[in-house]
Amino acid sequence: MAAADAVAAGQSSGAAVRIEGLTKQFGRSKAVDDVSLDIDPGSFFTLLGPSGSGKTTTLMMVAGFVHPTAGEIFVGGRPVAGLPPQERQLGMVFQNYAVFPHLTVFQNIAFPLEVRRTPGADIRRRVGEMLELVRLSGYEQRLPRQLSGGEQQRVALARALVFRPRVLLMDEPLAALDKNLRTHMQGELKQIQQRLHVTVVYVTHDQEEALTMSDRLAVMNQGRVVQVGTPGELYEAPASLFAARFLGESSFIAGTVVDAGDGSAARMRTGAGVELSGRAASPLRVGQAVLAGIRPEKFLVDGAPAAGMNHSPGRVTGAVYAGDTTRYTVDIGAGEAVTVKLQNQMRARTRAAGDAMALSWHPAETVLFPAEAAAHGG
Amino acid sequence: MIGSEGQRTGLGTLALYGVAGLVLLLLIAPIVIVAIVSFSSAESLTFPPPGFSLRWYERFLALPGWRRALWVSVQVATITMVLATLLGLLASLALVRGRFRGKGIVYAFVLSPMIVPTIITAVALYFFFVRVVGTGSILAMAIGHTVLALPIVVMVIASTLQGFDSRLEMAAFSLGAGRLTTFRRITVPIIAPAVLSAGLFAFLTSFDELLIPLFLAGVEAETLSVRIWNSLLLEVDPMIAAVSTLFVVVTMLVLGISALLRRAGP
Amino acid sequence: MAADGAGAAAPIVGTTPDQIAEARDRRRHLLLLAPPAILLVFIFVYPVLGLLGQSVYKDGITLRFYQRLFAEPVYLDVLWLTFRTAATVTLLCLVLGYPLAYVLVGLPARLQRLLLIVVVLPFFVSLIVRTYAWMVLLGRLGLVNELLRKLSLIAEPLPLLYSTTGALIGMTYALLPFMVLTAFSVMKGIDGGLVRAAHSLGAGRWQAFRKIFLPLSMPGIAGGMILVFIMSLGFFITPRLMGGPSDLMIAMLIEHEVELTLNWPFASALAAVLLLVTLVGFFAYSRLVRLERMFEGTR
Repeated sequence: MAAADAVAAGQSSGAAVRIEGLTKQFGRSKAVDDVSLDIDPGSFFTLLGPSGSGKTTTLMMVAGFVHPTAGEIFVGGRPVAGLPPQERQLGMVFQNYAVFPHLTVFQNIAFPLEVRRTPGADIRRRVGEMLELVRLSGYEQRLPRQLSGGEQQRVALARALVFRPRVLLMDEPLAALDKNLRTHMQGELKQIQQRLHVTVVYVTHDQEEALTMSDRLAVMNQGRVVQVGTPGELYEAPASLFAARFLGESSFIAGTVVDAGDGSAARMRTGAGVELSGRAASPLRVGQAVLAGIRPEKFLVDGAPAAGMNHSPGRVTGAVYAGDTTRYTVDIGAGEAVTVKLQNQMRARTRAAGDAMALSWHPAETVLFPAEAAAHGG
Repeated sequence: MIGSEGQRTGLGTLALYGVAGLVLLLLIAPIVIVAIVSFSSAESLTFPPPGFSLRWYERFLALPGWRRALWVSVQVATITMVLATLLGLLASLALVRGRFRGKGIVYAFVLSPMIVPTIITAVALYFFFVRVVGTGSILAMAIGHTVLALPIVVMVIASTLQGFDSRLEMAAFSLGAGRLTTFRRITVPIIAPAVLSAGLFAFLTSFDELLIPLFLAGVEAETLSVRIWNSLLLEVDPMIAAVSTLFVVVTMLVLGISALLRRAGP
Repeated sequence: MAADGAGAAAPIVGTTPDQIAEARDRRRHLLLLAPPAILLVFIFVYPVLGLLGQSVYKDGITLRFYQRLFAEPVYLDVLWLTFRTAATVTLLCLVLGYPLAYVLVGLPARLQRLLLIVVVLPFFVSLIVRTYAWMVLLGRLGLVNELLRKLSLIAEPLPLLYSTTGALIGMTYALLPFMVLTAFSVMKGIDGGLVRAAHSLGAGRWQAFRKIFLPLSMPGIAGGMILVFIMSLGFFITPRLMGGPSDLMIAMLIEHEVELTLNWPFASALAAVLLLVTLVGFFAYSRLVRLERMFEGTR
């Protein structure tokens, strides 16, 4: 595909984004606090966090719309602090698309080429390639108000890619779309990114979107990066209570450390007197209050007791049928409850409130977090 | 019990709608009647007119004094339109986009000519200009009218700028357009309808206004409104109906064009 | 593009790069503000301050122009008449304007927009033209007198024009749109669900209106009344053309002193009094209704 080759050629110099000690202070509060990140060329990188976590401010500083209080940003190895946005050569897609309402689809996509004084024939060819890429051929003469939200989004994407930017920045680009269209656009966006090998820095508060699209992601909270890693690393091994709670779902069982182990694995005893093994999110000491986090789909039910697994008896207190799965609330004693998600396979016996449910799960899928972190982690 | 209450409510509602309709009629009727009378063939003001003619318009255009006054009014209003639109655009950009302390006070300051009674502004400008340029200066009247029109221009443009999505400009920057290109190719086309209609309102403000020219026009540069005033102090001249209709037509044109501009805008 | 980088600016001790950039941004906007500010300062503030200064300065600081204003019965009469006229016009506008605004708010959107244009249209027509229209209607042989005579309600034409009645009619007509628009803008903000809730709780229409809608529309009533009142105080064109010889209001006195008596300091003292009352009234108005909101309904 011609467009893919053309854009890939523009990328060949190896455009990675590097952020060092980036800080933005608004008055007394720090919107972004000492953020450092390395983004590999050609990768899809996501900044994930709740609103006010500083993810958009970070993106705006990379784009050049917000001036950092401290820190440095490198694009393709060159510092960009002194450059205004228009000289940074970064494509950007905005939350509300920001398609120019008075220009046609063609004029919108041609805009970055025109301001670069590209010859007319080249403009027509490259806009045509882009329209083909985002599957909007034939829409050249339409005005934005004649387009649906998804179509406007594609115009914005084509417009941001047509000048072969070093990096594509996206600020919650799918937030305004309804759920079905959003899922569809996620797939299309990922496909285009992979075809063009373009580096994408993506901002979202939607954890599902972040997990499905990213090569790597950074979870942000209160201006700081909480954890960086692949979606698998972040989901399976959250490094903090915040990450565990924000990304996916977890049940937490309170207890105290009985064996601090070698620093990476530890044992704890719950209020009900059950001993559990797990991986320590951070070094623990004996007697410390901890929370054991377990994902709802990690539980095994009614299996024969296997060595090396964690076990707990339990009693079902609630069941919610959700089609493919059923979610049970299971009382494990001492006032603690966990959520258990089971596939509704043919053999699976449905259980009602009051039924006993013996749970087992793997220590590698149990993460122990220091409980005091809960105060400022959640 | 319920029936009687229902009946009373019905009558009350009827009376209410009656009053409202009457008030609406009172608001529009005088203007319509004057427009009709202006085409009267009668020598005196009678309604309904015995026949129709264009005699009052012909007389208006035949009198050099009135023609001159119309020309002065158009000149003053045009200069006012240009000055007030330019200055109002600058003020609106600063007030909506700028981040500086005391913005509320500056906004109130820009709107203050609307608050101060025009008679005071007019007298103050008379004292001021009479020492600087004397009376009869078209430019002095236009500058005075610019002060009066500025708040209207700022209100119209600022409300549009507030609705202007600044991300459109950010998008243009990110696509490589400089500050000037972005302003010329993105900002201006989008706010143009509001700026043009603000300019038309400035024109209308000046064209209609009496008090500033009343003090500043002298005998050399009487505006149309001053001439009407002087004529009305003497008698209720039927020809003024024709001039009044001209004013109404100008108003309708301005309102019509500005409505069209708004529809054409985003 | 000019070099825009923070690096180009001289480093200031104790400021971060973003503060420097923001200061540059602020300067740019203040620069935009300069031309209109210069116009207003030189062609508005300076002349008005000059006028106020003139009222207290003649061969040294003096209050004698104000003393004269408050000592001589002729001038006190003018002040009293100005207030009385403004108050009467305000009440007339309320009585006519409130029902219209109330009906307008309840109408379907399209009709409402159309009728609002009817309210706003006179507002944009030159005041002197509107005054002339009423002079045509109210004259001795004008439409109103002719109509009344044909209906045999009167034998002799009523002195409608060149009388206090004429001035009141003309001013009420001129200021009515302000009352309607202010009341309308406040009424539009009242949640219709509240009145329906009152009905559902057993209140009749009158009760729901008096206990719910009327109190909630009070800011509109008060705002509209203040606005009409302060604008009446400074009225000149309409009372001068339509009023009788004794209907001398403060703005007419100012013009008289400027053009005929050439007593500029005294005219300035009159203007100062008018300005003070207007500003106080406007401050009260701005607390009740936001000025920009008045025009929203007409867009």
